[in-house]
Amino acid sequence: MLIVVPIDLFASGVTTRTFTEMFVQMVLVVGLYLFVGNSGVISFGHVGFMCIGAYATAWLTVPPMMKQFTIKGLPEILAQAQLPFLPSVLLAGLLAAAVAVPVGLVLMRLSGIAASIATFAFLAIVNNVYSNWDAWTAGTSSIVGIPTETNIWTSWLFASAAILVAYAYSVSRFGLALRSARDEPVAAAAAGIDMVFQRTIAFVGSAFLCGVAGALYAHFLGVVNPDAFFLSVTFTALAMLILGGMSSLSGAVTGVVFVTLLISLFRTLERGVSVGDASFSLPAGSQEIAIGIAMILVLIRRPAGLIGNREFKWTRSPAKAERRHKPAI
Amino acid sequence: MAGLLQPLFDAISLGSIYALGALGIALIFGVMRLINFAHGHYIAFCVFALLIPSTEVVTGMLLGALPSWLIVLSVLGVGALLSIASEVVVFRRLRNANPAVLMIASFALGIVIQNVLLVSYSSRPKSVSLWPELSLPVEFFGASIPLLQVLTVLVTVVLLLGLVFFLKRTRFGLEMRAAAENFTMARMLGVRANRIILLAFGISGALAGAIALVLVSQTGTADIRMGLPIMLIAFVATVIGGMGSLQGAVFAGFLLGAISVTLQLLLPLDIRPFRDAFLYLAVIACLIWRPEGLFRAGPSSERV
Repeated sequence: MLIVVPIDLFASGVTTRTFTEMFVQMVLVVGLYLFVGNSGVISFGHVGFMCIGAYATAWLTVPPMMKQFTIKGLPEILAQAQLPFLPSVLLAGLLAAAVAVPVGLVLMRLSGIAASIATFAFLAIVNNVYSNWDAWTAGTSSIVGIPTETNIWTSWLFASAAILVAYAYSVSRFGLALRSARDEPVAAAAAGIDMVFQRTIAFVGSAFLCGVAGALYAHFLGVVNPDAFFLSVTFTALAMLILGGMSSLSGAVTGVVFVTLLISLFRTLERGVSVGDASFSLPAGSQEIAIGIAMILVLIRRPAGLIGNREFKWTRSPAKAERRHKPAI
Repeated sequence: MAGLLQPLFDAISLGSIYALGALGIALIFGVMRLINFAHGHYIAFCVFALLIPSTEVVTGMLLGALPSWLIVLSVLGVGALLSIASEVVVFRRLRNANPAVLMIASFALGIVIQNVLLVSYSSRPKSVSLWPELSLPVEFFGASIPLLQVLTVLVTVVLLLGLVFFLKRTRFGLEMRAAAENFTMARMLGVRANRIILLAFGISGALAGAIALVLVSQTGTADIRMGLPIMLIAFVATVIGGMGSLQGAVFAGFLLGAISVTLQLLLPLDIRPFRDAFLYLAVIACLIWRPEGLFRAGPSSERV
């Protein structure tokens, strides 16, 4: 499962950036998997936690000199703060997790589509607040000056750590309890599993990872802006997760790699490729069209995602593969 | 009295747009459990069908050059055709996929539509003057209301009544309601699934065309992102109305329009920018209060 290899030590700058971004996305999508995959509830709200994490790290790491101009309303302790990369990223994750506790306790009482809409409402609230809370977030304008410390190595390390956390969760008793409540809610309740409590745990854990992903992304771009954490990121992340296979960690990772490769392939084609003497390039905007069509084709061919419910195994033992049967009703 | 009439009309005309959008989404959800994220892009596509494809800022009218009644018919037709085409090309092949996959497929389709528009019209908003005489105010019990708002409300009422008649009084309507209620059972009783689904897509697309006409004559601009905010609110309205319940979707659309205008009116000036946050808080409260939606009787969980 952890077949992530830092490939591109010798690659060009563009490739390095592509892969760095991919690993940051991986932290996000693995975080999303931790909740969505184990609980079966599609969440549109996790990019809200990404937004919270990104702004938290901006408050903690932008040099105080610059904060005086962009975000004037910060309290003294934050205005003077200038933490190093690692503690700031972790604190950003913790803030997102702390927000997730009350939100989760309220929202996790819902199920199915109602829960999805409620998480979307959460995303819309976060976006609305961060776009208008001028004193702390500079409104819709960007906060600049975040140290760009996310590179290929740090992002790879964080992605691996995120995968480990998600794996540890899903084999723990909490993960098992939540998946049983996903597949057979009535039987799980009869066995004494408190679904709301279990979901809240997963929600908080995945919010932590998404907050970390937001902070990493902020340190990758050096700039944060509320609209960078809204619908398009939400959809891309969900598309990665579902294309790969929603209820498998390997699927989440595969989806990220697959979509990233697809995007960079079409970006290259859009820039122009020369084959022999002839060079051809696609018109601008065709990249997204092609990606959309490719996604639809994959979904038609493999409705359960590229990986389905399976996981990559270290050893080849197909007989041990976990099988889930749908109830016959 | 006159002071209250203006916000009342604001609320009803905003609610009309939301209600039409929610209805378009609920119709399709009812028959095939698909949350159609491409719906907003249908709206944008219908708007751009009025214009000649060109990446220049100013462009001539395509469908917009026709006489008014033909504009209306052709835009509704474009919406219906686009929607039916998306069913035939994409969603029909995903008939047995789970809702999450359907949703992501519709989202991918939305990307495709949006970027087709981007390639052919560029991302800059364009000005369209469609029926400028409609923004003239009319006197109405002492308040001056833009004619367009009155017309929006009238059009919505007519469309809703027509749809009610269609659903309650015709054979297709009966089949569609049966399919929305219990799709498997309806098929067993001889409802032709594919035909009903096509019909639902057609009506839903035509509703998107109606919204497009209202929007473009209200704002006077065509923007490739213009359908999205409406789609999101309509989507929320569909859920709090009760997924698949058509009257619930319409009611919730009007309700959201009313809440939105009321908040705009009542919130103090310095927290008014946070209006949408309050709107969505209300949505969450509503979901917690009735998770199965306002118009769904009975518990949504399975009985044991």
